[in-house]
Amino acid sequence: MTGPRRDPDMVRPYVRTGGQIRPRADVRLESVVIAANGPTGALAADARLVMRLFAPGDGDPGGGGPRGGGLAVADIAAALEMPPSTVRILVSSLMDSGHLTSPPSALPDEPASDVLQEVLRGLRELV
Amino acid sequence: MVFGNWSDPSADPGRPVAYVPASVRRSAKIVVAGGFGVGKTTLIGSVSEVAPLRMEEPITEESTGVDDLRGTPGKTTTTVGMDFGRIHLAGGSLALYLFGLPGQIRFRPLWEDLTEGALGCLVLADTRNLDACHGALTLLEERGTPYAVAINTFPDAPAHPDAELREALALDPATPLTRCDARDRASSLYALITLAEYLTTRPAATHLDPLESLR
Repeated sequence: MTGPRRDPDMVRPYVRTGGQIRPRADVRLESVVIAANGPTGALAADARLVMRLFAPGDGDPGGGGPRGGGLAVADIAAALEMPPSTVRILVSSLMDSGHLTSPPSALPDEPASDVLQEVLRGLRELV
Repeated sequence: MVFGNWSDPSADPGRPVAYVPASVRRSAKIVVAGGFGVGKTTLIGSVSEVAPLRMEEPITEESTGVDDLRGTPGKTTTTVGMDFGRIHLAGGSLALYLFGLPGQIRFRPLWEDLTEGALGCLVLADTRNLDACHGALTLLEERGTPYAVAINTFPDAPAHPDAELREALALDPATPLTRCDARDRASSLYALITLAEYLTTRPAATHLDPLESLR
């Protein structure tokens, strides 16, 4: 079982993402993004669906306040029922085009050991 | 549980969106792997602070186990479901995502996406079918992803001494082996803590020599 790497996702993302086939290295399934105050120009259908998740609610009848806020790539894939590999690429494109961005308070990548310490401390606090 | 609103009538009504709190400044992920039915989703549901969600990734695989070099191998598309949840730590500044990943070798393409950047992996095992986690162990070793193993203690599963389990799973002596009840939040958290302790103490936790795992 050590054949060449298959990339079965090639066709679908290629079509759905307007030609891009690789996500940015910093866009992973757990990467959180928010709407940027960027362009609102024409977007392909799938990209529009993604952006709709970030649209501020216009008078939500449920009374729960506006939609919007941060979402990780995985959250978007689940909400839109799109393959996560496709969403990674869509989000990458939308970051490149200025539609999406990292949250303003986001910390730069830190050494993995710092994050691990924080995870360990945090989990211990929960029990 | 905090749900965002999902009341746009033109949208799929069945998918609530749980927005990430504005306090989140960074995110990280841990993968929970193992065979079907071993309790991955149960464990994620036990600890997640949002209702677990599901992603579905279509993958193409050979429809037979035989390589066909004539150019038109039979292929089928399988949709693999992956459940995930989220815990907010450190006063809400850190979102820890937990992704459930089926351990079959044939899902190798998914592992590349899911394990990329993962802090580590908790492999769930059932003593009634230890073989079911061999795929996960093989893939983790290929990827060089550090892991701990947790036996999900199903009531009717036989108990075995650690030494036997370690031998059956061919675990490195340094790899943590623990037990948990995936239905129980605290028990599941302790299993994750066991993994996190290992990750913080192993030497050179940050090195990514891809060849390392092949040696």
